[in-house]
Amino acid sequence: MIVFLVATLTFVLLHVAPGDPFTRASDATLVPQEVIQQQRRNFGLDQPIYVQYRRYLTNLARGDFGYSFREHRPAAAAIVERIPNTLLLAAVALVIAFALGVFVGAVQATRRGSAADDLLSLLSLTLYSMPVFWLGVMLLLLFGVALDWFPVGGVVDDTIYPYLSPLGRVWDRVQHLMLPAVTLGVVGAAVTARYQRAAMLDVVGQDFIRTARAKGLQERAVFFKHALRNALLPVITLFGLSFPLLLSGSVLVETVFAWPGIGKLAVDAIHGRDYAVVTAVAIIAAIMVVVGNLLADVLYRVVDPRTREAQ
Amino acid sequence: MRALLRGLWQQRRARYGLALVLALCGLAVLAPWLAPHDPVSQLDLARGQYLAPSMLHPFGTDFFSRDLLSRVLYGARISLSIAFLSVFLSVTVGTAVGMTAGLAGGAVDAVLMRGVDAALAVPRVFLLLVVVALWDNVGVAGLIAVLGFTNWFDTSRIVRAEVLSIKHRTYVTAAQALGVGPRRLAVRHLLPNVAAPVIVTATLGIGQIILIEAGLSYLGVGVPPPTPSWGSIIQEGQQALAVAPWVATFPGIAIVVTVVGFSLLGDGLRDALDPTTR
Repeated sequence: MIVFLVATLTFVLLHVAPGDPFTRASDATLVPQEVIQQQRRNFGLDQPIYVQYRRYLTNLARGDFGYSFREHRPAAAAIVERIPNTLLLAAVALVIAFALGVFVGAVQATRRGSAADDLLSLLSLTLYSMPVFWLGVMLLLLFGVALDWFPVGGVVDDTIYPYLSPLGRVWDRVQHLMLPAVTLGVVGAAVTARYQRAAMLDVVGQDFIRTARAKGLQERAVFFKHALRNALLPVITLFGLSFPLLLSGSVLVETVFAWPGIGKLAVDAIHGRDYAVVTAVAIIAAIMVVVGNLLADVLYRVVDPRTREAQ
Repeated sequence: MRALLRGLWQQRRARYGLALVLALCGLAVLAPWLAPHDPVSQLDLARGQYLAPSMLHPFGTDFFSRDLLSRVLYGARISLSIAFLSVFLSVTVGTAVGMTAGLAGGAVDAVLMRGVDAALAVPRVFLLLVVVALWDNVGVAGLIAVLGFTNWFDTSRIVRAEVLSIKHRTYVTAAQALGVGPRRLAVRHLLPNVAAPVIVTATLGIGQIILIEAGLSYLGVGVPPPTPSWGSIIQEGQQALAVAPWVATFPGIAIVVTVVGFSLLGDGLRDALDPTTR
């Protein structure tokens, strides 16, 4: 349903906007008007709008996202090629965001009111208020330009990659992945830590924690088995919500680090007015968000036995 | 109002937030008098490119020899006006929709709220990118409209929930019994009561809009050049990161300070308005 809505919305937007691919790509003085008309006919842009819409939807249902004017191949092919890059970046960033965020938030909650708690709160507030692309540029400046520890962009080093050993290739990829993933992950961690801290504080005040302590459990067992597990519930909800955020962030981070994922593809396609690719990326993003929410539901069920019994 | 200000003043963090926000608004308003140079004039293309920060140019200069401090100050004007106006727009639309849904109930409510649900599920940056990029040169006014009209969904949900919770209070029933019409009821009796949460979301929303606008400008689809915008200055700065790192650094710091200010103020307002979270 959402996917259908997004598809329709992007179609409407594309056609309400003034101009079409051939008004920008071709300089009127260089390309004869007949050629432009011919091209429009070839791509079916001269048909009435409802014909275009119907064809667009039936093609979508068949997994055909149309033809990319810029890359001279099906849009689906261009996207399929880029998706693994985006998924890799997003997955690593997600792990960083949640591992770091849950850890920091839990630490803060156990030392509530301490100097460390205040400092970490301020740090997460600052990170949360930071444009993710600027963080990327600053990390690039520090680790890429000034210290020269990491490469400044791309997935692999094109000049030496073909000559590297298999292990060297993996290392090359890891090095390229490092900065973008940390950029995206750290901002997510700041959000997660805020949630985790609040959730932990909520849980430790409750009766079952007191009971656990009263029956003589060690502080460590109370912390891990009782407090942390229960505090994870709201954080898992956040996990589902973080997909749109992660995708939005990846558009910017991929642009900063010239990372050839679908976010960068979308930006390039928008500048070049590549109809098919723009709509396809928007639809793919919507699908990813829906899948993310589904995943969060499943995780919820795994962690919280109450939702299972309710079935 | 008095009590609200006092509640705000009692929190250390909210005080900092208020101070930051007021200071930034002051800087933005006074930019023409404070800025040492014109933000778009190219001072000396031959010898003034990428000058490092100095007494003459505290933030340095950029590729076109423009004074960066002046550009960042004027950038505050642009970013803050876009944020204020678009949030004003989204709050107005959101409150109107939320009120309508909450008061009307039934089919109207169902249609409006399902629409909001769907809109919230769409990754917003993709939507914004498509809209902003397709219209060549939307300009600042267009940008405000686009940001405002894609940002009211949360507000409408909050307002609706609030309206539903107070709709059956006795003072509302009393007003209805006295023959107060729905329009007067909404404006005189309900609006003051939903104002509190709306002010909080608006304050926090300004910070978020500044981040989004900066992102769009960074991608080259926001504020058109040569108008100085924090996002586009960072983009220009990235081109010369090795030569002139200051160009990308200063506008980013400005963004962080601004957004932190609005976050602190928003959190403070929430605590001051809702004593239960204290």
